[in-house]
Amino acid sequence: MTDILQIENIRKTFPGVIALDDVSFSVARGEIHTLLGENGAGKSTLMNVLTGLYHPDRGQIRMAGEKIHFTSPRDSLACGIGMVHQHFMLVPAHSVFENILLALDNVPNFYSRKTYKEKIQKLIDEFNLDLDLNTPVWKLSIGAQQWIELIKLLMRDCQLLILDEPTAVLTPQETERLFNVLRKLKKQEKSIIFISHKMREVMEISDRVTILKKGRSLATLARGDFDESKLASLMIGKDKVPQWQKALQMSDEIVLDIQGLSVRNERGLSDLDDFNLELKKGEILGIAGVAGNGQKALAEVLTGLKNASHGRIMAGQKDITKSNARYSYIAGIAHIPEDRKAIGIAPDMSIDENLIMKSFKSGSFRSWIFQNKKAIRRNAEEKIEQFAIKTGPDGTPVRYLSGGNIQKVIIARELSEQPAVLVALYPTRGLDIGSAGYVHKVIADGADRGMSTILIAEDLDELLKLSDRIAVMFRGKLIGYVNPRKTTREEIGLMMSGETPGDAA
Amino acid sequence: MKLVIERREITSALIRFSTPIASIGIALFVAGFLLLASGVSPLAAYKEIIIEALGSIYGLSETLVKTTPLIFTGLGVSLAFRMQIWNIGAEGQLYVGAMGATWVALFSGIQNHWVMMTAMFFAAFFCGGLWAGVAGFLRARWRVNEVIVTLLMNYIAILWVDYLIYGPWKDPKGFNFPLTAQFSDTARLAEYFDTRMHSGFFLALFCALVLYLFIERTVWGYEIKVIGSNQKAAQYAGMNTGMAIFFVLFLSGAIAGVAGFSEVAGLQHRLQHGLSPGYGYTAIIIAWLAKRSAIGVVIVSFLMGVLLVGGDSLQLLWQLPVAFVYAFQGLILFFLLASDFFIIYRVKLIRGSINV
Repeated sequence: MTDILQIENIRKTFPGVIALDDVSFSVARGEIHTLLGENGAGKSTLMNVLTGLYHPDRGQIRMAGEKIHFTSPRDSLACGIGMVHQHFMLVPAHSVFENILLALDNVPNFYSRKTYKEKIQKLIDEFNLDLDLNTPVWKLSIGAQQWIELIKLLMRDCQLLILDEPTAVLTPQETERLFNVLRKLKKQEKSIIFISHKMREVMEISDRVTILKKGRSLATLARGDFDESKLASLMIGKDKVPQWQKALQMSDEIVLDIQGLSVRNERGLSDLDDFNLELKKGEILGIAGVAGNGQKALAEVLTGLKNASHGRIMAGQKDITKSNARYSYIAGIAHIPEDRKAIGIAPDMSIDENLIMKSFKSGSFRSWIFQNKKAIRRNAEEKIEQFAIKTGPDGTPVRYLSGGNIQKVIIARELSEQPAVLVALYPTRGLDIGSAGYVHKVIADGADRGMSTILIAEDLDELLKLSDRIAVMFRGKLIGYVNPRKTTREEIGLMMSGETPGDAA
Repeated sequence: MKLVIERREITSALIRFSTPIASIGIALFVAGFLLLASGVSPLAAYKEIIIEALGSIYGLSETLVKTTPLIFTGLGVSLAFRMQIWNIGAEGQLYVGAMGATWVALFSGIQNHWVMMTAMFFAAFFCGGLWAGVAGFLRARWRVNEVIVTLLMNYIAILWVDYLIYGPWKDPKGFNFPLTAQFSDTARLAEYFDTRMHSGFFLALFCALVLYLFIERTVWGYEIKVIGSNQKAAQYAGMNTGMAIFFVLFLSGAIAGVAGFSEVAGLQHRLQHGLSPGYGYTAIIIAWLAKRSAIGVVIVSFLMGVLLVGGDSLQLLWQLPVAFVYAFQGLILFFLLASDFFIIYRVKLIRGSINV
């Protein structure tokens, strides 16, 4: 095996931060090479260096033995390095064909549609992809859209493909198909850099794994030399993952009952369509489903950002469908939003001020119309200690905190009022294993106190581990409930693609 | 070689406070060329401005007279800015405020001085507030852009006042000039030291203090800051953002309306055409320069007052047009907005060879 890519002693600093510090690894021809690391380990920075977005301060990149310098993503593409980003770069209103054509250089002004279509179709057939060239992109599933991104790169004859967490948006079945394509590409001597934090997938697909930690390449292990626990321990190192125990909760008291709920989005389509859900007291109800099947709308209705067009939401005996009635109830619902920075915090304000955002009116934080700054400060000190939040000097605006610490600020705020219901949307997305474990512990502890949680997550392992029941959503409908201790990943996967289960738990 | 523009992670306090001062400096420099073009030595002109505005008791009192309405309108505009709401209508709100105060002064028949003052104050307060409240309501209810509404309502307000003073409210003994009858002594603010300076100035300082406490210390101020920082987060936290938008625009307009009260009760003692030479527009520049802080508004208003008074003397001494003062104000705002770019971004030179 010859190396197609060699990365030697790359270093990249940003003001005040060493993002990459002496990173070296190589990718052979026809190899699937996995990059593994916690968030903040330097994966994204490394990929941005490889695709020409950043300049390394030091170090070399060799492509097929030759030293290269990139000044822009264009240079890197010209060298045959292509990347499938987490967020696809597609024009939704255009057809598959047009989108692919858009990505190609040197298409003559008067091109022959036919030859190009034939070329693309050949690729589609070769990899057994189920894709019609004339369909507009917005009609396609996320999985199919990913095929388009892949074909774009193949049409450009890229030799090295970088896939940034490609499976985050796929069902288990779609993931399996993607892996088949990757294996085929491997046979054609293409090289693949695969980025993921799902251990199961890393074990299944990788030829070699390079572990990044705190900006350094810690080790490169070949297949056979690694197993899940070894990788995990290398990745986390000495950082402790909080341990927790959860008693199985099964109360029959229903705290929240959603009946026939429909919600429309801006385009008039139904995000939720005749949706039903029962939440029992003290349980953790996991919601599984491919991203974009109505999870967000569900959270938004429950937290008062959206209104339902049909259906009812009952809290015990009380109807809280109408937003006015809901406002008072919502105060008792804790919410961990999907987009932390956009809706979870006031970025220009301090931690102290962010921590009281929900309770600033309560008597403990004010005297008459004035804020009680001392009490607010004391509250912040308590929460910072209790939730191990790492902060800058007092008064630092929250936006300077890391993602994990911002998440802790939000959780500390949301859970401080001992809420009856918690709605958590992807609460561990983008967190390192230590922080994620901490979030799990907080949710499990809450359940022990009788808090009911709706946990929306994309990682099935996380759902299976934490939930008392799992509800599966597809296109805004509830497909069914499963028992996480009896079900299989395959069963959930089928339900996630819309098939009704034979036996619901 | 390549120029790279990067976003700063943290902007140092030094840069944040030096840029407004630097932009005033550059504006002074560029305005110097305007002066040269009119055949006036810039140094002599700037010296004249300082001496005129600050060099005598009379000059200083005139400066404070101009500073007073600027503080009120500046406070109003900066309060709305705090919530990322752009009130461009302080000028119109000043006019309706003056109108409300005048109505009380001329037609209420109140005899007691303090009752009269209080009534005029609140008339101006509510007129200005409701005037801006229209924009607040439209913005909160249907997301109508408040910039357009407040701006266009300026013209309505000014023309409405013109209608009153050319028509129903015209002083019968006024030789047909467009002004109302003079207020009686009951309806006048106290004056000091035999100058035109009046107690409106102290009212303005008091307002600044109250507003400062309101923003920095009260629960409502906190709510306004959260909404200004991230409206969606505020909604998540259960704040009623629509109500807050209306309330803040109302208060913003009300304070600008009080400027109208202070002008008619303290200075002009009647409602007349050309009541304000554009205080409400200068207020926008003031609010920007002051970085939205109430104390900053007082300081910057004073500087603008110096410029206005000094500018008057330039007209007398060298026959410079009044437009010079506005051109200068415009230059300050221009360089201030440009300097924001350097506050947010950093420009770097990078050496790098080209590929392969």
